[in-house]
Amino acid sequence: METKRLTCINCPLGCALTVEMEEGNILYIKGNSCKRGAVYAQKEVTNPVRTVTTTVAVKDGALPVVSVKTREPIPKEKIFDCIQELKRVRPAAPIHIGDVILADAAGTGVDVVATKQVLAP
Amino acid sequence: MKNYDIVIIGGGPAGLAAAISARESKIESILILERDRELGGILNQCIHNGFGLHTFQEELTGPEYADRFICQVEEKNIAYKLNTIVLDITSEKVITAMNREEGLFQTQAKAVILAMGCRERPRGALNIPGYRPAGIYSAGTAQRLVNMEGCLPGREVVILGSGDIGLIMARRLTLEGAKVQAVAELMPYSGGLKRNIVQCLNDYDIPLKLSHTVIDIQGKKRVEGVTLAAVDAQGKPIPGTEEHYACDTLLLSVGLIPENELSRGMGVELNSVTSGPKVDESLETSLEGVFACGNVLHVHDLVDFVSAESAAAGRNAAAYVKGELPGRASVKKLFLRHGEGVRYTVPETICPERMDEELTVRFRVSRVYQSCYISAYFDHERIRHKKRQIMAPGEMEDIKLTKEELLKYPDRKQITIMIEEG
Repeated sequence: METKRLTCINCPLGCALTVEMEEGNILYIKGNSCKRGAVYAQKEVTNPVRTVTTTVAVKDGALPVVSVKTREPIPKEKIFDCIQELKRVRPAAPIHIGDVILADAAGTGVDVVATKQVLAP
Repeated sequence: MKNYDIVIIGGGPAGLAAAISARESKIESILILERDRELGGILNQCIHNGFGLHTFQEELTGPEYADRFICQVEEKNIAYKLNTIVLDITSEKVITAMNREEGLFQTQAKAVILAMGCRERPRGALNIPGYRPAGIYSAGTAQRLVNMEGCLPGREVVILGSGDIGLIMARRLTLEGAKVQAVAELMPYSGGLKRNIVQCLNDYDIPLKLSHTVIDIQGKKRVEGVTLAAVDAQGKPIPGTEEHYACDTLLLSVGLIPENELSRGMGVELNSVTSGPKVDESLETSLEGVFACGNVLHVHDLVDFVSAESAAAGRNAAAYVKGELPGRASVKKLFLRHGEGVRYTVPETICPERMDEELTVRFRVSRVYQSCYISAYFDHERIRHKKRQIMAPGEMEDIKLTKEELLKYPDRKQITIMIEEG
Protein backbone atom coordinates (compact mmCIF):
# COMPACT_ATOMS: atom_id res chain seq x y z
CA MET A 1 0.00 0.00 0.00
CA GLU A 2 1.23 3.50 -0.83
CA THR A 3 0.16 6.77 0.79
CA LYS A 4 0.28 10.06 -1.12
CA ARG A 5 -0.21 13.43 0.54
CA LEU A 6 -1.45 16.43 -1.44
CA THR A 7 -2.73 19.94 -0.90
CA CYS A 8 -5.98 20.69 -2.67
CA ILE A 9 -5.70 23.79 -4.87
CA ASN A 10 -9.36 24.53 -5.52
CA CYS A 11 -9.86 27.16 -2.80
CA PRO A 12 -8.01 28.93 0.04
CA LEU A 13 -9.04 26.16 2.46
CA GLY A 14 -6.19 24.10 0.95
CA CYS A 15 -7.37 20.78 2.41
CA ALA A 16 -4.59 18.31 3.24
CA LEU A 17 -5.56 15.26 1.19
CA THR A 18 -4.40 11.70 1.85
CA VAL A 19 -4.72 9.14 -0.93
CA GLU A 20 -4.20 5.44 -0.20
CA MET A 21 -3.16 3.50 -3.29
CA GLU A 22 -2.46 -0.13 -4.11
CA GLU A 23 -0.95 -1.20 -7.43
CA GLY A 24 -1.96 2.08 -9.05
CA ASN A 25 -5.55 1.89 -7.85
CA ILE A 26 -7.03 4.36 -5.41
CA LEU A 27 -8.35 2.67 -2.28
CA TYR A 28 -9.68 5.83 -0.67
CA ILE A 29 -9.27 9.62 -0.50
CA LYS A 30 -9.36 11.38 2.88
CA GLY A 31 -9.26 14.99 4.05
CA ASN A 32 -11.31 16.66 1.33
CA SER A 33 -14.16 18.98 2.36
CA CYS A 34 -15.99 18.83 -0.95
CA LYS A 35 -16.31 16.85 -4.17
CA ARG A 36 -13.83 19.04 -6.02
CA GLY A 37 -11.09 17.83 -3.65
CA ALA A 38 -11.71 14.17 -4.54
CA VAL A 39 -11.69 14.94 -8.28
CA TYR A 40 -8.44 16.88 -7.89
CA ALA A 41 -6.78 14.13 -5.84
CA GLN A 42 -7.75 11.46 -8.33
CA LYS A 43 -6.28 13.40 -11.25
CA GLU A 44 -3.17 14.42 -9.35
CA VAL A 45 -2.20 10.87 -8.31
CA THR A 46 -3.02 9.21 -11.65
CA ASN A 47 -2.08 11.77 -14.31
CA PRO A 48 -0.78 15.12 -12.99
CA VAL A 49 -0.54 17.68 -15.81
CA ARG A 50 0.68 21.29 -16.03
CA THR A 51 0.62 24.05 -18.61
CA VAL A 52 4.26 25.05 -19.15
CA THR A 53 5.01 28.73 -19.76
CA THR A 54 8.48 30.07 -20.52
CA THR A 55 10.33 32.32 -22.97
CA VAL A 56 12.38 31.61 -26.09
CA ALA A 57 15.12 33.80 -27.56
CA VAL A 58 14.08 35.46 -30.84
CA LYS A 59 16.24 35.98 -33.92
CA ASP A 60 16.08 39.51 -35.39
CA GLY A 61 13.15 40.67 -33.29
CA ALA A 62 12.13 44.04 -31.87
CA LEU A 63 12.14 42.26 -28.48
CA PRO A 64 14.85 39.82 -27.29
CA VAL A 65 12.48 37.02 -26.22
CA VAL A 66 8.98 35.76 -26.95
CA SER A 67 6.74 34.23 -24.27
CA VAL A 68 5.33 30.78 -25.06
CA LYS A 69 3.03 28.12 -23.57
CA THR A 70 2.11 24.51 -24.18
CA ARG A 71 -1.24 24.66 -25.96
CA GLU A 72 -2.58 22.02 -23.55
CA PRO A 73 -1.30 20.91 -20.16
CA ILE A 74 1.40 18.22 -20.44
CA PRO A 75 2.38 15.44 -18.02
CA LYS A 76 4.26 16.90 -15.06
CA GLU A 77 7.32 14.68 -15.53
CA LYS A 78 7.81 16.10 -19.05
CA ILE A 79 8.22 19.73 -17.91
CA PHE A 80 12.03 19.78 -17.91
CA ASP A 81 12.28 17.83 -21.20
CA CYS A 82 9.99 20.42 -22.76
CA ILE A 83 12.13 23.28 -21.39
CA GLN A 84 15.32 21.62 -22.69
CA GLU A 85 13.89 21.24 -26.20
CA LEU A 86 12.85 24.89 -26.17
CA LYS A 87 16.43 25.94 -25.34
CA ARG A 88 17.40 24.64 -28.79
CA VAL A 89 14.88 26.57 -30.89
CA ARG A 90 15.34 30.18 -31.96
CA PRO A 91 12.41 31.44 -34.00
CA ALA A 92 12.79 34.51 -36.21
CA ALA A 93 10.54 37.58 -36.05
CA PRO A 94 7.85 38.35 -37.00
CA ILE A 95 6.05 36.04 -34.57
CA HIS A 96 2.32 36.21 -33.87
CA ILE A 97 0.22 34.93 -30.98
CA GLY A 98 -0.61 31.27 -31.62
CA ASP A 99 2.35 30.59 -33.96
CA VAL A 100 3.79 27.12 -33.31
CA ILE A 101 7.28 27.54 -31.84
CA LEU A 102 7.89 23.84 -31.16
CA ALA A 103 5.72 21.01 -32.49
CA ASP A 104 5.08 17.91 -30.36
CA ALA A 105 7.03 19.08 -27.30
CA ALA A 106 8.99 16.26 -25.61
CA GLY A 107 6.90 13.61 -27.36
CA THR A 108 3.70 14.72 -25.63
CA GLY A 109 1.86 15.44 -28.88
CA VAL A 110 1.28 19.00 -27.59
CA ASP A 111 2.60 22.04 -29.47
CA VAL A 112 4.28 25.02 -27.85
CA VAL A 113 2.82 28.28 -29.17
CA ALA A 114 3.73 31.96 -28.91
CA THR A 115 1.69 34.05 -26.46
CA LYS A 116 3.01 37.41 -27.63
CA GLN A 117 3.55 39.21 -30.88
CA VAL A 118 7.18 40.05 -31.68
CA LEU A 119 7.72 42.08 -34.84
CA ALA A 120 10.92 42.73 -36.74
CA PRO A 121 12.77 45.82 -35.41
CA MET B 1 -2.32 73.09 -25.50
CA LYS B 2 -4.27 70.13 -26.89
CA ASN B 3 -7.68 69.29 -25.39
CA TYR B 4 -9.18 65.85 -24.80
CA ASP B 5 -12.45 64.75 -23.25
CA ILE B 6 -10.77 61.96 -21.27
CA VAL B 7 -7.07 61.46 -20.58
CA ILE B 8 -6.10 58.11 -19.06
CA ILE B 9 -2.87 57.92 -17.07
CA GLY B 10 -1.43 54.44 -17.68
CA GLY B 11 -1.90 51.88 -20.47
CA GLY B 12 -1.98 48.70 -18.40
CA PRO B 13 -5.05 46.51 -17.86
CA ALA B 14 -6.91 49.28 -15.99
CA GLY B 15 -6.22 52.03 -18.51
CA LEU B 16 -7.05 49.81 -21.49
CA ALA B 17 -10.40 48.63 -20.09
CA ALA B 18 -11.32 52.19 -19.05
CA ALA B 19 -10.49 53.53 -22.53
CA ILE B 20 -12.51 50.86 -24.32
CA SER B 21 -15.60 51.37 -22.18
CA ALA B 22 -15.36 55.18 -22.48
CA ARG B 23 -15.26 54.79 -26.28
CA GLU B 24 -18.23 52.41 -26.12
CA SER B 25 -20.01 55.16 -24.17
CA LYS B 26 -19.61 57.38 -27.24
CA ILE B 27 -16.62 59.49 -26.20
CA GLU B 28 -14.53 60.26 -29.29
CA SER B 29 -11.71 62.26 -27.76
CA ILE B 30 -9.64 59.91 -25.57
CA LEU B 31 -5.88 59.79 -24.96
CA ILE B 32 -3.90 57.09 -23.10
CA LEU B 33 -0.46 58.06 -21.75
CA GLU B 34 1.88 55.09 -21.14
CA ARG B 35 5.45 55.31 -19.87
CA ASP B 36 6.64 51.89 -21.12
CA ARG B 37 7.56 50.90 -24.69
CA GLU B 38 4.25 49.08 -25.24
CA LEU B 39 0.69 48.90 -23.94
CA GLY B 40 -0.34 46.12 -21.55
CA GLY B 41 1.50 47.13 -18.38
CA ILE B 42 2.54 44.43 -15.95
CA LEU B 43 0.68 41.76 -17.96
CA ASN B 44 3.57 41.76 -20.45
CA GLN B 45 5.89 40.21 -17.88
CA CYS B 46 3.28 37.85 -16.38
CA ILE B 47 3.87 35.07 -18.91
CA HIS B 48 2.25 32.37 -16.71
CA ASN B 49 -1.34 31.32 -17.32
CA GLY B 50 -4.45 31.75 -15.20
CA PHE B 51 -5.72 35.11 -16.46
CA GLY B 52 -9.17 35.70 -17.91
CA LEU B 53 -11.29 32.92 -16.39
CA HIS B 54 -13.96 35.44 -15.38
CA THR B 55 -13.71 37.75 -18.40
CA PHE B 56 -13.22 35.27 -21.26
CA GLN B 57 -14.07 31.90 -19.60
CA GLU B 58 -10.67 30.59 -20.63
CA GLU B 59 -7.20 30.51 -19.13
CA LEU B 60 -4.86 32.94 -20.84
CA THR B 61 -1.31 34.07 -20.17
CA GLY B 62 -0.72 37.73 -19.24
CA PRO B 63 0.45 38.84 -22.71
CA GLU B 64 -2.53 37.09 -24.35
CA TYR B 65 -4.97 38.76 -21.94
CA ALA B 66 -3.38 42.16 -22.65
CA ASP B 67 -3.54 41.52 -26.40
CA ARG B 68 -7.32 41.06 -26.30
CA PHE B 69 -7.64 44.61 -24.94
CA ILE B 70 -4.85 46.15 -27.04
CA CYS B 71 -6.56 44.85 -30.20
CA GLN B 72 -9.80 46.57 -29.17
CA VAL B 73 -7.96 49.84 -28.51
CA GLU B 74 -6.43 49.61 -32.01
CA GLU B 75 -9.74 48.68 -33.66
CA LYS B 76 -11.50 51.58 -31.98
CA ASN B 77 -8.72 53.98 -33.00
CA ILE B 78 -8.15 55.17 -29.46
CA ALA B 79 -5.12 57.50 -29.34
CA TYR B 80 -2.18 56.59 -27.12
CA LYS B 81 1.37 57.77 -26.58
CA LEU B 82 4.10 55.31 -25.53
CA ASN B 83 7.40 56.08 -23.77
CA THR B 84 5.61 59.05 -22.25
CA ILE B 85 5.98 59.92 -18.61
CA VAL B 86 3.39 62.10 -16.87
CA LEU B 87 5.14 64.55 -14.55
CA ASP B 88 2.27 66.48 -13.06
CA ILE B 89 -1.50 66.87 -13.10
CA THR B 90 -3.17 69.98 -11.71
CA SER B 91 -6.51 70.03 -9.94
CA GLU B 92 -7.79 71.84 -13.09
CA LYS B 93 -6.82 68.66 -15.05
CA VAL B 94 -3.88 70.12 -16.94
CA ILE B 95 -1.48 67.23 -17.57
CA THR B 96 2.24 67.84 -18.03
CA ALA B 97 4.03 64.98 -19.76
CA MET B 98 7.26 64.31 -21.60
CA ASN B 99 8.63 62.02 -24.29
CA ARG B 100 11.55 61.95 -26.75
CA GLU B 101 9.59 63.13 -29.78
CA GLU B 102 7.58 65.99 -28.33
CA GLY B 103 9.71 66.98 -25.36
CA LEU B 104 7.69 68.55 -22.58
CA PHE B 105 4.02 69.17 -23.39
CA GLN B 106 0.71 69.95 -21.70
CA THR B 107 -2.79 68.60 -22.28
CA GLN B 108 -6.13 69.78 -20.93
CA ALA B 109 -8.66 67.07 -20.04
CA LYS B 110 -12.35 67.34 -19.14
CA ALA B 111 -12.03 64.11 -17.15
CA VAL B 112 -8.95 62.21 -15.95
CA ILE B 113 -8.80 58.48 -15.21
CA LEU B 114 -5.98 57.50 -12.88
CA ALA B 115 -4.74 54.03 -13.87
CA MET B 116 -1.07 54.07 -12.84
CA GLY B 117 -1.07 50.70 -11.10
CA CYS B 118 1.17 49.86 -8.18
CA ARG B 119 4.81 49.26 -7.42
CA GLU B 120 6.70 46.84 -5.24
CA ARG B 121 7.62 47.52 -1.64
CA PRO B 122 11.42 48.01 -1.73
CA ARG B 123 14.22 46.73 0.50
CA GLY B 124 14.40 50.10 2.22
CA ALA B 125 10.99 49.47 3.75
CA LEU B 126 12.18 46.29 5.49
CA ASN B 127 15.17 47.38 7.59
CA ILE B 128 17.30 44.34 6.74
CA PRO B 129 20.84 45.04 7.92
CA GLY B 130 23.87 44.55 5.66
CA TYR B 131 25.67 46.30 2.82
CA ARG B 132 24.13 47.22 -0.50
CA PRO B 133 25.59 44.49 -2.73
CA ALA B 134 24.40 43.65 -6.23
CA GLY B 135 22.00 40.71 -6.39
CA ILE B 136 19.05 42.05 -4.38
CA TYR B 137 15.99 42.45 -6.60
CA SER B 138 12.31 42.93 -6.08
CA ALA B 139 10.55 39.86 -7.50
CA GLY B 140 8.83 41.90 -10.20
CA THR B 141 12.12 43.37 -11.40
CA ALA B 142 13.57 39.87 -11.70
CA GLN B 143 10.39 38.84 -13.53
CA ARG B 144 10.84 41.60 -16.07
CA LEU B 145 14.54 40.74 -16.56
CA VAL B 146 13.82 37.06 -17.18
CA ASN B 147 10.57 37.27 -19.12
CA MET B 148 11.06 40.43 -21.19
CA GLU B 149 14.78 41.16 -21.37
CA GLY B 150 15.96 37.54 -21.51
CA CYS B 151 18.45 37.87 -18.60
CA LEU B 152 18.85 35.56 -15.60
CA PRO B 153 19.49 37.68 -12.48
CA GLY B 154 21.28 34.94 -10.51
CA ARG B 155 21.96 31.23 -10.04
CA GLU B 156 21.56 30.53 -6.31
CA VAL B 157 18.47 32.26 -5.01
CA VAL B 158 16.62 32.87 -1.74
CA ILE B 159 13.20 34.55 -1.88
CA LEU B 160 11.73 36.59 0.96
CA GLY B 161 7.95 36.85 0.88
CA SER B 162 5.48 34.24 -0.32
CA GLY B 163 3.01 36.40 -2.19
CA ASP B 164 2.05 35.19 -5.64
CA ILE B 165 4.84 37.04 -7.46
CA GLY B 166 7.48 35.45 -5.21
CA LEU B 167 5.99 31.98 -5.74
CA ILE B 168 5.70 32.42 -9.51
CA MET B 169 9.32 33.60 -9.65
CA ALA B 170 10.52 30.59 -7.64
CA ARG B 171 9.20 28.34 -10.41
CA ARG B 172 10.30 30.62 -13.22
CA LEU B 173 13.93 30.81 -12.02
CA THR B 174 13.98 27.04 -11.46
CA LEU B 175 12.85 26.43 -15.05
CA GLU B 176 15.60 28.78 -16.26
CA GLY B 177 18.23 26.72 -14.45
CA ALA B 178 18.69 28.62 -11.20
CA LYS B 179 18.56 26.87 -7.82
CA VAL B 180 15.92 28.37 -5.52
CA GLN B 181 16.98 27.29 -2.04
CA ALA B 182 14.06 28.52 0.01
CA VAL B 183 11.12 30.90 0.19
CA ALA B 184 10.89 32.59 3.60
CA GLU B 185 7.64 34.10 4.86
CA LEU B 186 7.38 36.30 7.94
CA MET B 187 3.75 35.38 8.58
CA PRO B 188 2.62 31.93 9.78
CA TYR B 189 0.72 31.52 6.49
CA SER B 190 1.41 32.35 2.85
CA GLY B 191 -0.35 35.25 1.17
CA GLY B 192 -0.23 33.36 -2.13
CA LEU B 193 -2.81 31.13 -3.76
CA LYS B 194 -2.81 27.43 -2.84
CA ARG B 195 -2.46 26.65 -6.51
CA ASN B 196 0.82 28.58 -6.63
CA ILE B 197 2.19 26.94 -3.46
CA VAL B 198 1.56 23.51 -4.99
CA GLN B 199 2.53 24.20 -8.60
CA CYS B 200 5.43 26.62 -8.02
CA LEU B 201 7.02 25.27 -4.82
CA ASN B 202 5.90 21.69 -4.09
CA ASP B 203 6.31 20.60 -7.72
CA TYR B 204 9.99 21.58 -7.55
CA ASP B 205 10.67 20.64 -3.90
CA ILE B 206 11.35 24.25 -2.91
CA PRO B 207 10.94 24.63 0.87
CA LEU B 208 8.50 27.26 2.20
CA LYS B 209 9.72 28.49 5.56
CA LEU B 210 6.76 30.08 7.36
CA SER B 211 7.38 32.44 10.30
CA HIS B 212 10.91 33.09 9.03
CA THR B 213 12.66 36.23 7.85
CA VAL B 214 16.02 37.44 6.55
CA ILE B 215 18.08 38.88 9.42
CA ASP B 216 21.36 39.43 7.58
CA ILE B 217 22.70 39.77 4.04
CA GLN B 218 26.35 38.89 3.50
CA GLY B 219 28.56 40.20 0.71
CA LYS B 220 29.88 43.63 -0.15
CA LYS B 221 30.01 43.75 -3.96
CA ARG B 222 27.67 40.84 -4.70
CA VAL B 223 25.34 38.94 -2.39
CA GLU B 224 27.27 35.95 -0.95
CA GLY B 225 24.64 34.61 1.40
CA VAL B 226 21.73 35.39 3.67
CA THR B 227 20.83 34.39 7.20
CA LEU B 228 17.26 33.33 7.93
CA ALA B 229 15.79 33.04 11.40
CA ALA B 230 12.46 31.91 12.81
CA VAL B 231 10.30 34.68 14.28
CA ASP B 232 7.97 34.68 17.28
CA ALA B 233 4.31 35.72 17.27
CA GLN B 234 5.38 39.39 17.36
CA GLY B 235 7.61 38.93 14.32
CA LYS B 236 10.85 39.18 16.37
CA PRO B 237 13.70 36.85 15.34
CA ILE B 238 14.25 33.99 17.83
CA PRO B 239 17.95 33.68 18.88
CA GLY B 240 19.45 30.28 18.12
CA THR B 241 17.28 29.59 15.06
CA GLU B 242 19.65 31.24 12.55
CA GLU B 243 20.34 29.29 9.35
CA HIS B 244 22.87 30.35 6.73
CA TYR B 245 22.23 30.05 3.00
CA ALA B 246 25.04 30.60 0.49
CA CYS B 247 23.47 32.40 -2.49
CA ASP B 248 24.16 35.12 -5.05
CA THR B 249 20.64 36.53 -5.24
CA LEU B 250 17.89 37.61 -2.87
CA LEU B 251 14.44 38.33 -4.27
CA LEU B 252 11.98 40.42 -2.28
CA SER B 253 8.27 39.78 -2.74
CA VAL B 254 6.96 41.74 0.19
CA GLY B 255 3.92 43.58 -1.00
CA LEU B 256 2.60 46.10 -3.49
CA ILE B 257 1.79 49.76 -2.95
CA PRO B 258 -0.51 51.80 -5.23
CA GLU B 259 1.53 54.43 -7.05
CA ASN B 260 -0.15 57.70 -6.16
CA GLU B 261 2.52 60.40 -6.41
CA LEU B 262 0.55 62.10 -9.22
CA SER B 263 -2.76 61.75 -7.35
CA ARG B 264 -1.25 63.26 -4.22
CA GLY B 265 0.27 66.07 -6.27
CA MET B 266 -3.09 67.07 -7.68
CA GLY B 267 -4.75 67.02 -4.27
CA VAL B 268 -6.71 63.75 -4.42
CA GLU B 269 -7.55 62.46 -0.94
CA LEU B 270 -6.06 59.03 -0.17
CA ASN B 271 -7.26 56.16 2.02
CA SER B 272 -4.70 55.19 4.65
CA VAL B 273 -5.51 51.46 4.48
CA THR B 274 -5.38 50.97 0.69
CA SER B 275 -2.95 53.86 -0.06
CA GLY B 276 -5.28 54.52 -3.00
CA PRO B 277 -7.67 57.41 -3.64
CA LYS B 278 -10.92 57.66 -1.71
CA VAL B 279 -13.68 57.07 -4.23
CA ASP B 280 -17.46 57.04 -4.38
CA GLU B 281 -19.82 54.65 -6.18
CA SER B 282 -18.77 56.13 -9.54
CA LEU B 283 -15.07 55.59 -8.72
CA GLU B 284 -14.79 59.39 -8.72
CA THR B 285 -12.10 60.68 -6.37
CA SER B 286 -12.38 63.67 -4.02
CA LEU B 287 -11.72 65.86 -7.10
CA GLU B 288 -14.66 66.24 -9.45
CA GLY B 289 -14.08 64.60 -12.85
CA VAL B 290 -11.06 62.60 -11.65
CA PHE B 291 -11.65 58.85 -11.53
CA ALA B 292 -9.43 55.96 -10.37
CA CYS B 293 -9.40 52.24 -11.11
CA GLY B 294 -7.23 49.13 -10.94
CA ASN B 295 -4.19 48.73 -8.73
CA VAL B 296 -3.71 52.47 -8.23
CA LEU B 297 -7.05 52.37 -6.36
CA HIS B 298 -6.43 49.19 -4.34
CA VAL B 299 -4.19 46.21 -5.06
CA HIS B 300 -6.14 43.43 -6.77
CA ASP B 301 -5.27 39.73 -7.04
CA LEU B 302 -7.24 39.04 -10.24
CA VAL B 303 -6.85 41.11 -13.41
CA ASP B 304 -10.41 40.17 -14.34
CA PHE B 305 -11.66 42.31 -11.45
CA VAL B 306 -9.38 45.16 -12.56
CA SER B 307 -10.95 45.03 -16.01
CA ALA B 308 -14.50 45.04 -14.63
CA GLU B 309 -13.78 47.89 -12.21
CA SER B 310 -12.00 49.94 -14.87
CA ALA B 311 -14.81 49.50 -17.38
CA ALA B 312 -17.10 51.08 -14.77
CA ALA B 313 -14.65 53.98 -14.31
CA GLY B 314 -14.60 54.51 -18.10
CA ARG B 315 -18.42 54.54 -18.29
CA ASN B 316 -18.70 56.95 -15.39
CA ALA B 317 -16.05 59.32 -16.76
CA ALA B 318 -17.95 59.31 -20.07
CA ALA B 319 -21.20 60.14 -18.26
CA TYR B 320 -19.41 62.98 -16.45
CA VAL B 321 -18.08 64.44 -19.72
CA LYS B 322 -21.56 64.25 -21.29
CA GLY B 323 -23.09 65.96 -18.25
CA GLU B 324 -25.14 62.87 -17.39
CA LEU B 325 -23.62 62.24 -13.97
CA PRO B 326 -25.53 64.27 -11.35
CA GLY B 327 -23.27 66.57 -9.31
CA ARG B 328 -22.37 65.17 -5.91
CA ALA B 329 -23.46 68.30 -4.08
CA SER B 330 -27.01 67.91 -5.34
CA VAL B 331 -27.67 64.34 -4.19
CA LYS B 332 -27.74 62.37 -0.97
CA LYS B 333 -24.59 60.55 0.18
CA LEU B 334 -24.45 57.32 2.19
CA PHE B 335 -21.35 56.31 4.13
CA LEU B 336 -19.97 52.81 3.76
CA ARG B 337 -18.34 51.61 6.98
CA HIS B 338 -16.05 48.62 7.32
CA GLY B 339 -17.08 46.70 10.43
CA GLU B 340 -15.66 43.63 12.20
CA GLY B 341 -13.27 41.64 10.03
CA VAL B 342 -13.34 44.01 7.03
CA ARG B 343 -10.15 46.03 6.43
CA TYR B 344 -11.56 48.50 3.91
CA THR B 345 -14.23 48.91 1.27
CA VAL B 346 -14.09 50.37 -2.23
CA PRO B 347 -16.06 52.59 -2.61
CA GLU B 348 -16.25 54.47 0.70
CA THR B 349 -19.37 56.48 -0.08
CA ILE B 350 -22.46 55.87 -2.22
CA CYS B 351 -24.83 58.38 -3.79
CA PRO B 352 -27.74 56.06 -4.66
CA GLU B 353 -29.02 58.44 -7.33
CA ARG B 354 -25.71 58.28 -9.22
CA MET B 355 -25.22 54.51 -9.05
CA ASP B 356 -26.00 51.83 -11.65
CA GLU B 357 -28.85 49.42 -10.92
CA GLU B 358 -26.31 47.22 -9.15
CA LEU B 359 -23.03 48.18 -7.46
CA THR B 360 -20.15 45.84 -6.60
CA VAL B 361 -18.50 46.74 -3.29
CA ARG B 362 -15.01 45.20 -3.06
CA PHE B 363 -13.16 44.60 0.20
CA ARG B 364 -10.60 42.45 2.00
CA VAL B 365 -11.00 40.54 5.25
CA SER B 366 -8.49 41.03 8.06
CA ARG B 367 -7.72 37.34 8.75
CA VAL B 368 -8.68 33.83 7.65
CA TYR B 369 -12.38 33.15 8.33
CA GLN B 370 -14.07 29.75 7.99
CA SER B 371 -17.82 29.13 7.74
CA CYS B 372 -18.70 32.78 8.22
CA TYR B 373 -21.13 35.27 6.75
CA ILE B 374 -20.57 38.49 4.87
CA SER B 375 -23.26 40.81 6.22
CA ALA B 376 -24.40 44.23 5.10
CA TYR B 377 -26.42 46.45 7.43
CA PHE B 378 -28.39 49.45 6.17
CA ASP B 379 -28.41 51.44 9.40
CA HIS B 380 -29.75 48.73 11.75
CA GLU B 381 -31.42 46.45 9.24
CA ARG B 382 -29.42 43.52 7.89
CA ILE B 383 -29.88 43.51 4.10
CA ARG B 384 -27.27 40.88 3.15
CA HIS B 385 -26.16 37.69 4.86
CA LYS B 386 -24.00 35.63 2.51
CA LYS B 387 -22.43 32.37 3.70
CA ARG B 388 -18.77 31.79 2.80
CA GLN B 389 -16.89 28.53 3.44
CA ILE B 390 -13.54 30.28 3.58
CA MET B 391 -12.21 33.81 3.27
CA ALA B 392 -8.57 34.90 3.42
CA PRO B 393 -6.83 38.30 3.37
CA GLY B 394 -5.12 37.34 0.10
CA GLU B 395 -8.37 37.04 -1.82
CA MET B 396 -10.55 40.05 -2.51
CA GLU B 397 -14.22 39.64 -1.61
CA ASP B 398 -17.24 41.50 -2.91
CA ILE B 399 -20.88 42.10 -2.19
CA LYS B 400 -23.50 43.59 -4.50
CA LEU B 401 -25.96 46.32 -3.53
CA THR B 402 -28.90 47.46 -5.61
CA LYS B 403 -30.03 51.00 -6.31
CA GLU B 404 -33.63 50.04 -5.60
CA GLU B 405 -32.98 48.93 -2.01
CA LEU B 406 -30.80 51.96 -1.23
CA LEU B 407 -33.42 54.41 -2.55
CA LYS B 408 -36.22 52.72 -0.59
CA TYR B 409 -35.31 54.34 2.77
CA PRO B 410 -34.41 58.00 2.13
CA ASP B 411 -33.76 58.72 5.82
CA ARG B 412 -31.07 56.06 6.34
CA LYS B 413 -27.45 57.19 6.34
CA GLN B 414 -24.98 54.35 6.65
CA ILE B 415 -24.13 50.92 5.25
CA THR B 416 -21.85 48.63 7.26
CA ILE B 417 -20.10 45.62 5.78
CA MET B 418 -18.86 43.09 8.35
CA ILE B 419 -17.99 39.46 8.87
CA GLU B 420 -20.25 37.50 11.22
CA GLU B 421 -19.37 34.07 12.56
CA GLY B 422 -21.72 31.08 12.22
